[in-house]
Amino acid sequence: MAIMGNPKYEARINQHLAKYETKRSAVMPLLFIAQEEYGWVNPDGINEVAQILNLDPTQVKSIAGFYTMYSEKPKGKYWLQVCTDLPCALKGADEFHAWLKEELGVQEGGTSGDGLFTVDHVMCLAACDKAPMMQCNFRYVENLDQDKTRELLAMWRAEAAQPDNGRG
Amino acid sequence: MHILLRGRDIKNIKQFDVYEKHGGFAGMKKALAMEPAEVIDVVKASGLRGRGGAGFPTGVKWSFIPQQEPVKFVTVNADESETGTFKDREIMEENPYQLIEGSLICAYAIQAKAVYIYLRGEFWDIGDQLDECIEALREKGYVGKNIMGAGYDCEVYTHLGAGAYICGEESALLNSLEGYLGQPRVRPPFPAQKGGGLYKEATVVNNVETLANVPFILSEGADAFKAIGTEQSTGNKIYCVSGHVKRPGNYELPMGATFRQLLYEQAGGPLHDDRPFKAMLPSGGSGPMVPLTDEVLDTPMSYEDCANIGTIIGSASIIVMDETVDMTWVASKVTKFFKHESCGKCTPCREGTYWLDKVIDRILDGRGTPDDVKRIADVAENMAGTTLCALGDFAANPIIHTIRHFPDDFAQHVQA
Repeated sequence: MAIMGNPKYEARINQHLAKYETKRSAVMPLLFIAQEEYGWVNPDGINEVAQILNLDPTQVKSIAGFYTMYSEKPKGKYWLQVCTDLPCALKGADEFHAWLKEELGVQEGGTSGDGLFTVDHVMCLAACDKAPMMQCNFRYVENLDQDKTRELLAMWRAEAAQPDNGRG
Repeated sequence: MHILLRGRDIKNIKQFDVYEKHGGFAGMKKALAMEPAEVIDVVKASGLRGRGGAGFPTGVKWSFIPQQEPVKFVTVNADESETGTFKDREIMEENPYQLIEGSLICAYAIQAKAVYIYLRGEFWDIGDQLDECIEALREKGYVGKNIMGAGYDCEVYTHLGAGAYICGEESALLNSLEGYLGQPRVRPPFPAQKGGGLYKEATVVNNVETLANVPFILSEGADAFKAIGTEQSTGNKIYCVSGHVKRPGNYELPMGATFRQLLYEQAGGPLHDDRPFKAMLPSGGSGPMVPLTDEVLDTPMSYEDCANIGTIIGSASIIVMDETVDMTWVASKVTKFFKHESCGKCTPCREGTYWLDKVIDRILDGRGTPDDVKRIADVAENMAGTTLCALGDFAANPIIHTIRHFPDDFAQHVQA
């Protein structure tokens, strides 16, 4: 389904359009809505956002490409992003990141065979006192170790096995 | 006493009734009874300086706004992305009304039409909470038309970034908010000037912690605020401690407390008792590294005293490293951060961070030469001061100061 004319998003889109002085200012929130609908910022989403804001799709795509939270390719159902920046790395984040990829059998930026987990690393997420940490679909999970992470993975696998369960 | 992290002392202060019962909005009531220019004078007299890192006097910044301009804005910098910084997050999570009150006082003082709170995208849940607070305030008549019956109108909005450190730089933040790439602007015109701010209107851009200080300054008075801290660095500061300490976290102390008080009394000293401290980055990845000598430990954490030991207090994001840490590896980590976060606009930063990263990787791999160490110092020195924003200088700092203080850490990788 599209985001334009979709009753699920209509109120939110209008709210964003109302709060800025220009339509163009709403490009970031609308790209988040497109990502929510399609799971990534796909060409349909780019075109719809451009149409709503009277922008050229190229202009919208440049915004999507500049900011790291917009994904320009499909991801697993759970996008795990480990902070490996200095404060986290001092507390073992690099080793944790390597272990997590091995545990899930993925390369950096890759997705597990069951399509559930994509793993990559990110820069500082402002959670340095709770290292190691990562975000899963932009929700923080902190003070991680292998045991706690195995429990989380099991929980997400069980959640994904439920019928009609949405993203994250 | 906490002025900022009051969520630790007062249960449920994130609820409006609790916040108001504990003195919330008393500062704003006082401000609304004053002339806008008087409010600016009070903030000037308090000596409050910007808590985002630069330390610019807040009241002076507000006074740059041309009063005759019909449209003005306040933009709150809640992009908190400096490596090692996690203070604004706690303010907004645990004491959100204080930030909004401070923002509204600023808005009244410059007669702004609206406040935009620019949050890093990962803080979407904090944005949701702030939106709820804003709606609650609207119902009370504290946001919107005729605020508190004082005849002043102002809207407050939140905006989410989407993962770009550079948007913490004020002109890049404004571009991002307008729907453009988050890249710094050529200045002048400065944000406070017509043509330089949000939608080309005069705009104050202040950090979350800065504005969260303002309600106290109005309700208790400039003298009460100045009584805390040192002569040139007034008030409390939140210090974010991370790395090799026993108790990492946020600590709110007066400016002028010493690094020793913070790192030993508050943060519990070295993580492992048998591994003494080696060095710290006192202002996240961007400030100059200093060795943790006794002299440094006994230095007061103020703008002026940190300048004396060759560093800055900046955002006070103190990353602590013990003796096991190889400073070449630290330089590499911080360089990878800036390489990733360089917006690509200015050549010295875009190319410089790329080459620094490449050569440091070579040094760490054992393929470097003593000339490579000189080369990265040379590249870094040629980046500093040559870019539109401070990111170029920030990226040069970890190289220049790390080599200066820890030459042996580099030499060990390049000797045959």
